[in-house]
Amino acid sequence: MLRATLKSLLARKLRLILSGLAVLLGVMFVSGSFVLTDSLGRSFDNMFANSLSGTDVIVTADPAINVSEMEGEPVPGMLTSADLAAVRETTGVAQAIGDVQADGARVIGANGKVVATFGPPRFGGNWTGEVGGRELREGVAPSAANEIVVNAALAKKAGIKVGDQVGVLTTQPKQTFKLVGIFGYEGRLDSRGPVTEVLFTEPVAQKLMLGKEGKFTSISVTTAGGSDPVAVRDALKTKLGKGYVVQTGSEAAAAIASGFKEALDVFNKILLGFAGVALFVGIFLILNTFSIIVAQRTKELALSRALGASRGQMIGSVLVEAVVIGLIASVLGLAAGYGVGALLSQLFASFSEVQLAGVGLPLAAVISAFAVGLIVTIIAAIMPAIRASRVPPVAALQEVATPDRPLTKLTVSGAIITAIGSGLIAFGIAENVWLMFAGVLTAFIGVALLSAFLARPAVSVLGRVFSWSVPGKLGRLNSGRNPRRTAITAAALMVGIALVTGVNTIVTSAEKSLRGSVAEEFHAELIVSGQGSPGLQPTFDGTLLPRMKQVPGVTAVSAEYGDQAMIDGKPGWVSVNTDFPAAVKMFSLSPVAGSLAQPGPDEVIVDDDSGHHLSDVISVQHANGLQKTYTVTGVYKQGEIYGGMVFGSGAIEGMRQQLPSMAFVDLSDNANEAAARKSLEALLVDSPEMLVQNADEYLDAQSAETAQFLLMIQVLLGLAILIAVLGVVNTLALSVLERTRELGLLRAIGLGRMATMRMITVEAMVITVFGAALGLAVGVGLGTAVVRGLADEGLKEVVLPWEQMGIYLVLGAVVGVIAAILPAIRAARTNVLAAISYE
Amino acid sequence: MTMTPAARAVEVWKVYGTGEAQVQALRGVSAEFERGKYTAIMGPSGSGKSTLMHCLAGLDTVNAGTVYIGETQVTGLGDAGLTKLRREKVGFIFQQFNLLPTLTAAENITLPLAIAGRQPDKAWYDTVILTVGLGDRLHHRPSELSGGQQQRVACARALVSRPEVIFADEPTGNLDSRSGTDVLNFLRDSVRQHGQTIVMVTHDPNAASYADRVVFLADGEIVDEILSPTADSVLDRMKKLDRNA
Ligand SMILES: Nc1ncnc2c1ncn2[C@@H]1O[C@H](COP(=O)(O)OP(=O)(O)OP(=O)(O)O)[C@@H](O)[C@H]1O
Ligand SMILES: [Mg+2]
Repeated sequence: MLRATLKSLLARKLRLILSGLAVLLGVMFVSGSFVLTDSLGRSFDNMFANSLSGTDVIVTADPAINVSEMEGEPVPGMLTSADLAAVRETTGVAQAIGDVQADGARVIGANGKVVATFGPPRFGGNWTGEVGGRELREGVAPSAANEIVVNAALAKKAGIKVGDQVGVLTTQPKQTFKLVGIFGYEGRLDSRGPVTEVLFTEPVAQKLMLGKEGKFTSISVTTAGGSDPVAVRDALKTKLGKGYVVQTGSEAAAAIASGFKEALDVFNKILLGFAGVALFVGIFLILNTFSIIVAQRTKELALSRALGASRGQMIGSVLVEAVVIGLIASVLGLAAGYGVGALLSQLFASFSEVQLAGVGLPLAAVISAFAVGLIVTIIAAIMPAIRASRVPPVAALQEVATPDRPLTKLTVSGAIITAIGSGLIAFGIAENVWLMFAGVLTAFIGVALLSAFLARPAVSVLGRVFSWSVPGKLGRLNSGRNPRRTAITAAALMVGIALVTGVNTIVTSAEKSLRGSVAEEFHAELIVSGQGSPGLQPTFDGTLLPRMKQVPGVTAVSAEYGDQAMIDGKPGWVSVNTDFPAAVKMFSLSPVAGSLAQPGPDEVIVDDDSGHHLSDVISVQHANGLQKTYTVTGVYKQGEIYGGMVFGSGAIEGMRQQLPSMAFVDLSDNANEAAARKSLEALLVDSPEMLVQNADEYLDAQSAETAQFLLMIQVLLGLAILIAVLGVVNTLALSVLERTRELGLLRAIGLGRMATMRMITVEAMVITVFGAALGLAVGVGLGTAVVRGLADEGLKEVVLPWEQMGIYLVLGAVVGVIAAILPAIRAARTNVLAAISYE
Repeated sequence: MTMTPAARAVEVWKVYGTGEAQVQALRGVSAEFERGKYTAIMGPSGSGKSTLMHCLAGLDTVNAGTVYIGETQVTGLGDAGLTKLRREKVGFIFQQFNLLPTLTAAENITLPLAIAGRQPDKAWYDTVILTVGLGDRLHHRPSELSGGQQQRVACARALVSRPEVIFADEPTGNLDSRSGTDVLNFLRDSVRQHGQTIVMVTHDPNAASYADRVVFLADGEIVDEILSPTADSVLDRMKKLDRNA
């Protein structure tokens, strides 16, 4: 039996290669993501191994506010000079250095622009000497308040050299320093990854980075000769008590490296997303291939049944094929995954200035490759295998190999599964994202089953478009021949198109709602805001506000300060508005209770959705450690674009950056917008991150960010489409093979080569356009469900992305044409003679 | 000026394979097929009947010699030329699998015209349809027709574009004798009444007796021919050939 199975496997090489390719792609992404994480992880380990060399024990404090990654950026905890003194007194401590290190030191480069990173921190801190692997390469250490040193990679990126005057933005507005030295890191590194470092003298670092002198973010301890770091660590733990974190140097280094590895998670998730889509679509492809193979071999299978093969043996023979394909695809996928992982590691390393520690093949990649490859293939082959076992022995004697089975069972189960999926989506939107994803997948499977029922009418409608020519008509008829096969081939394409249409519908609706709300509710002319950069928000000098108000034509300036905080014990956002009454006008806010006058320093105005009421007392734990309470003096009706708690000016002193990050500027009716904008830009010359934009430009800039997100989704779709194309090629190649005789006949009665190719192309296009149309319908359904589910979040109406939908439909047709190329050529080459004498 | 024959082979050689396995399927065959005549080709199995027909129809290439359909030299034509030839000058009837399963009988009949982008001549179409005698089954798919009905549809399809010559390779080979008779009558009528030229390969002396002339092949050569054959005269000649072989 096994030999027979393997023989028949070899006889169907091409088809198996095509379906194996889908598994291969999936496996490639899964193992590629493991290889990438592994090699970058080891690179990070190497990079930070020496960052704490010479440091035996390190002390940090619990942060004032503790937020998880989902809730905001991490906030460093603060130590004081008293803590430093206490550490120094502890037995076993030879030396203790107070370190200052906080994100948000932005260097203005020689070109007047702020040196950007794509996310990693831009640290500002104090120069503590050549410790922790830092090595002064050029110049001297900073010794005066106006002196700084920077790491070599940053100096290069900024285009600055020793002796230059350099502008630096911190929690304070721009200040100019003299660059007195440039440093690197042990191992001849110019930077530790993409992180940049600006180091000041201690008091300046404390003031600029932490807001106050006498504060540290960590204390590095060198133990006295012979003292065990672990013992010293424990001694420090007892001495300092609660609220402190004491680690040995190696523990801390590992913690830092693991922090960076977490950042890699995003890449991992993207790759695993690719893998998921590839495998999900791949299942359709494999399922189809095996169904076709089983259908074609009905006679052969029936014959073996007649000769005494058991049902178990029938199932076994199909599964053995699946295992062989799965194994081969896994091996090749693993190899390809290694390549992809290595390539991405190289790219990532050169892009982020990480020195690659070498690419390895982690065991996890191997295990996951085989697990995924085998499991997916076997799952996809099980249904056809069971069908194979049900072939009655008498089928061997019947002329018609595969009678057209009714679609009722398929349609009913498809409808039920679709309903379950829709239910999960509806429930999941409100409750649980994963439940929603499960619903989406279930719905896909349901629609795929339903699509067999839809195929016939859909194909006949679609086909009318092509029926003007004889090849077109023949192609249409061919695609209507086997609705199951057409349906499952189209379903593969449906998945990708549905996903992207759904996301597009949500994004378009959200954008339209936002733009609608802005047009309706926003009545100011200009917005001053920072270019979206990760980490701390870009800010500008608050002392400019009075001068901004004096710009001719400006009637009001309403500036906002903001920072993270714990509000009544929960992570939240504190913002302060310098002219709330102006904001009330600009955003057409209406009072619900109390007054909307400017809140006093210890007062707060809340929106009606906040759960707070007039006169409530709200306690706030600010990010820099300050703890305060505020009384609610007003409640306003939350608008579509303006909401949240607006605190009195007293909240500013609790913020890490006591600078405004945004301002709304109202102009008088007859003001010259261009002139006002010029004057404002001139005032903001020392804040190169800030932009002055009108509402449309501001929204366009925001849209550009969502556009990037959409692009990523479309890349995902591209992969799904690639696999769908394989499926279409597979189905068509098979149709051509099965119909050799017919093709020969058609050629014999005068069908030209081009016409033959056109016929196959139409057949492909009908399938892919059907898939695309189905995808559009499902996608619109998904998108609409989500938009309706998010109605509370301000998504007022469902706006369909018609333009994109049109593009996807055309794309569907184009995909059909591409998929048809090879099968069409093969069909056109049909040798008339061979075809008619073919047995 | 004498009328050119509908199809003509001049010193045609066809060799399959090389070396040891070489088979000379046709060894310098020359033959003419007169217009408006019904010719049967007979001979023992493997004598080269199908090969000759395929070469005449431009379905296969020849190693040497020339083939003409009407005025057109078939040998040497490219794919486009051959396609044009098949559209305009040649009709085919095969032993089986003559029809597209997705089209109705009527659609199958007009398919060659549709492919060529020509309108059927209404009067001629009606005549052909009448002769097929399918009646209301004309709008059924091939799978709903009997084997004999299917073959008659194939004949009608070959006739409807009025080709210079129709080639039929054992058109009755798969039919019972009654259905076979129907088809043979149909073919003879189209020759007698409408001046169609038909070349038919057959094994059946009775089928050959419907023809105007029978050509005998043996070992890739034309060895004999009979005009106005009867089943008995054909059978007689066949027996002689078999004895020689
Ligand atoms: N494609 C081919 N390759 C090799 N040899 C071939 C091929 N086609 C035919 N032949 C050989 O050529 C000779 C003539 O074959 P042909 O099919 O013309 O015979 P036939 O007279 O039609 O026989 P039958 O009555 O059995 O149909 C035979 O010996 C056959 O084996
Ligand atoms: Mg033959």
